[in-house]
Amino acid sequence: MRRRLLMGMAALPAAALLPRAGFAADKPATAAVNTTGLAVTDDTVTVGILHSITGTMAISETGSVEAEKLAIEQINASGGVLGRQIKFIQEDGGSDWPTFAEKAKKLLVNDKVAAVMGCWTSASRKAVLPVFEQYNGMLYYPTFYEGLEQSKNVIYTGQEATQQIIAGLDWIVKEKGAKTFYLLGSDYIWPRTSNKIARKHIENHLTGTKVVGEEYFPLGSTQFNSVINKIKLTKPDVIYAIIVGGSNVAFYKQLKAAGIDLSKQNLMTISVTEDEIQGIGGENIANAYACMKYFQSLKNPNNEKFVAAFKKMWGEKSVIGDVTQAAYLGPWLWKLTVEKAGSFDVDKVAAASPDVEFKGAPEGYVRIHPNHHLWSKTRVGRARLDGQYDVVYETKDLMEPDPFPKGYQ
Amino acid sequence: MFSDYSLGDLGSILAMQGFAGLILFSVFVLMALGLAIIFGQMGVINMAHGEFMILGAYVTYLCSELFTNYLPALYNGYFPVAIVAAFCASGALGLLVEWVLIRHLYRRPLDTLLATWGLSLILQQVYRSIFGAREVGVELPDWMLGSTHLTDTIEVPINGIIVMCITTAITVAVYLLIFRSGWGKRVRAVMSNRTMAGAVGIDTERVDRMTFGIGCGIAGIAGSAFTMVGSTSPTAGQLYIVDTFLVVVFGGAQSLLGTIASAFTISQAQSTLEFFTSGSNAKVLTLLTVVAILMVRPQGLFTVKVRR
Repeated sequence: MRRRLLMGMAALPAAALLPRAGFAADKPATAAVNTTGLAVTDDTVTVGILHSITGTMAISETGSVEAEKLAIEQINASGGVLGRQIKFIQEDGGSDWPTFAEKAKKLLVNDKVAAVMGCWTSASRKAVLPVFEQYNGMLYYPTFYEGLEQSKNVIYTGQEATQQIIAGLDWIVKEKGAKTFYLLGSDYIWPRTSNKIARKHIENHLTGTKVVGEEYFPLGSTQFNSVINKIKLTKPDVIYAIIVGGSNVAFYKQLKAAGIDLSKQNLMTISVTEDEIQGIGGENIANAYACMKYFQSLKNPNNEKFVAAFKKMWGEKSVIGDVTQAAYLGPWLWKLTVEKAGSFDVDKVAAASPDVEFKGAPEGYVRIHPNHHLWSKTRVGRARLDGQYDVVYETKDLMEPDPFPKGYQ
Repeated sequence: MFSDYSLGDLGSILAMQGFAGLILFSVFVLMALGLAIIFGQMGVINMAHGEFMILGAYVTYLCSELFTNYLPALYNGYFPVAIVAAFCASGALGLLVEWVLIRHLYRRPLDTLLATWGLSLILQQVYRSIFGAREVGVELPDWMLGSTHLTDTIEVPINGIIVMCITTAITVAVYLLIFRSGWGKRVRAVMSNRTMAGAVGIDTERVDRMTFGIGCGIAGIAGSAFTMVGSTSPTAGQLYIVDTFLVVVFGGAQSLLGTIASAFTISQAQSTLEFFTSGSNAKVLTLLTVVAILMVRPQGLFTVKVRR
């Protein structure tokens, strides 16, 4: 009751402003575009940014924050959303999942933000999901992830696992004649689910191919000499590696030190973006194949503009990985959806989301699927010494997102 | 699993696997030595040990940048310089920390745990503020990369050999320092009986400070060496801390020989199990074994009689 009263009071000044708002022909009245008491005024709309800028995950999430701020600045420069400038409130998840949930609640309940760009790990997304569903918020989630989730309140701007994995496996089998695969991963949900999809695809959907080894390492593992020996023994055509975080650096350094030459031994990964290569060192991972939807080196006018703007804002040395680009899509997709819906109301935004197209995406054209994931192309890049990727393959068509893939579970 | 392979293949893999075990052993000894000195000799539970290691790694990173930009001609030889610099930096920070924090807590071992844990959080955030949250890539000269062929089929990683050499050198140095020098004698005297050592004229505060400093310095060397095999980021120290304590506690806190024996046991168990099962399972089995042995023998593998 008390909340309804407060919301009624919040709506009052907006109603009083109604006649005046009529002057600006291109700007719809606040009361009309905001019927649920979000933080929208005649001139501004507030969104939230929720990432870890401290703790372990700060390594990965910093790029996403930078991309989101860039997108917001660009949207504002181009006139904002429904004639309103975007303001943002940034909260720090601190690499701690309960903190994410608490901050999400704060953004939705206290700040009444119209949308949140945020989260990185699946664990943090799982922690905030009930909050977004309970308080009816809108989350734009940037990371490629394992799938098996779909919510009215979330737009997944990264790829789900089948989009990322299947095209890459098809390519390496066709192009390199690969028959045997050794699957590796860090020991948690994303690598395990992804490798499960990879294994099903290798065993059931491709012909003459098999998995000769599958192995997981605790997060933070730094010793890989034993598994490297096993790889030497089994001589797989492809090492399929989904190792994350600090372990990545140790793995590739030790692989190189053990004399495994990636120009002769195929290695495919879905977890190493240009961001991670900075820590690994280009010389340790050169010639490995990565399979994802975006590489900084993509040649198209959108991407060239995006890379130039990113470097101008965050420094010449900054690099852009797949997730950073996906994070950049969040504010833009939200703006396009709001304008399609003609309203900031979360229900209307969620309902208007399917088939929203973004032609200015650095990765090329993307479109939101009714399941709230994105149609996008999948690409294979080969790592260069300088830490960038050469794109060696891209799918002809957009890959359909399929978060609950039949035959892969 | 082995039926498909020839005897020659298996032989060389086993040889390489043995070598992988030895490398793991060297890594364990190197990371545990500094802690063994501090924890074993002084009874201070130093939760910030990993952060002292990462300081060494960052110093190595700075050295590599410095040599790349200002002394490219000497770049191939920067690593020894970096190791010395890492020892000095971590050692100096250790001395400072001892003076500011630790010396007030000698009679409260559990409080040192909390205080050093806080210190580790502070250091992590300091690294993050200075070097950024992302990992930094420490570049190494070419001669330290790749592997060397012992025979046609057996090849061993060069960085592994370098780690083994550093470990051997440090272990010998620590042995001489503790068991063959006048300073070591004083350290051992303070450890066996602090009051009595003070009564016979040993400056126990000075001994404590130097011991803590040297322990931290060795952690710095370990961090510097690990840039060859691992990552350098503000939180990378956390990757090592559990294994480090495991080795020291399992070996028997007061005994340096115990630390080495325990590093050997754990590393061999882990690398053998990793080969025959898988990474995660090997870790679980190793930990279970250690827990079981510690239940039977809570004082660790080796003990030193100490009068408190």
